[in-house]
Amino acid sequence: MTDEKEWPLYEVFVRGKRGLNHVHVGSLHAADDEMAVRHARDVYTRRNEGVSIWVVKADDITASSPDEKDPLFAPAGDKVYRHPTFYTIPDNVPHM
Amino acid sequence: MSHSAPDPNEDHGSVYDGLLGTDTSQWAFGTDFEDPLAGVDTTVPADLDPAELAAYCLALGDDALVLSHRLSEWCSNAPDLEEDIALANIALDLLGQARLLLARAAAADPSVVPTLPDGSPVPVEDALAFFREAIDFRNVRLVEVANGDFAETIARLLLFATVRLAAFERLCAHRDPVLAAIAAKGVKELTYHRDYAGRWFLTLAQGTDESRRRLLDGLSATWPLYAELAAAYAAGAEVDVVLDQVFAVSGVDRPEVAPMAGRGHTEALSRMLAEMQVVARAHPEGLW
Repeated sequence: MTDEKEWPLYEVFVRGKRGLNHVHVGSLHAADDEMAVRHARDVYTRRNEGVSIWVVKADDITASSPDEKDPLFAPAGDKVYRHPTFYTIPDNVPHM
Repeated sequence: MSHSAPDPNEDHGSVYDGLLGTDTSQWAFGTDFEDPLAGVDTTVPADLDPAELAAYCLALGDDALVLSHRLSEWCSNAPDLEEDIALANIALDLLGQARLLLARAAAADPSVVPTLPDGSPVPVEDALAFFREAIDFRNVRLVEVANGDFAETIARLLLFATVRLAAFERLCAHRDPVLAAIAAKGVKELTYHRDYAGRWFLTLAQGTDESRRRLLDGLSATWPLYAELAAAYAAGAEVDVVLDQVFAVSGVDRPEVAPMAGRGHTEALSRMLAEMQVVARAHPEGLW
């Protein structure tokens, strides 16, 4: 971060009432972890979206690089047999 | 490719999906825009004096309304986007409390509502908010003085939310079931306001020399108006316990500043009301 006075960036994950997983909803700046949760509450759950919030410092996330895209992901592209799409899933099995 | 990979987000998608259900006409949830007390039995219990109840609700409502407006003045001016939204959220919570309390006052004693020309579409809580003069407002002076800087706003919010939360916890058992219900809703909001202000109080007090200096200045500037606030809400020992705790962890001494003399209002209120009321008064027939 170029400006040392800037608060650290946090990534925000919210679990919605209808959702099963925490889903990334955006990012924000906060002075510390606890304030980040409160800011996330104010910025991302104002319309009753969430029942649970995770925040994590963006610096703590290790991400794959776009340069690695082909070596990482392309080999999986032609292996259709890895997808369970050849099976019939009964209607009463949720969240598949 | 005939068997494309399933979209991992397909099932739960965004947390914002489906929020509106099938009703897309109403974006605000749980709010009746016509009458905040719609469907509520507003009969005043026989053992309560309607005029006294109305005056009490008016005082509680005016405190919320005036501080809500002061906090809303931070919109686009707060130190950070995140604080901007946080303060606006708190302002909106208080505005909601004000609507309910002013509507409760008007239902208990219609004579408190200013008289408007026949056929005026202005609802009672708006008439109370926008068509009364400063002298008729029942709020304490602590909520009406100008914001000062962010630290001063935090100091004021901490004192206000702490005192009001303690009072609302008691009011949950009030003999008027409407006021009790309004208090029960407000307790959750005020708990957050107190928590937010308390965390910032500590952060500023233990932050840099500059943030600590500003916080101490803000607290000293606010403290002369604390005695009036505490008296209006009959603040008990539980309030002192909370404030002393926040002061202790923040390394801040309880200020020794004499209470501000006098009563009624400062000139800050009429200036604030001039801005708050000007649009409603310019368009008394307006529908909002």
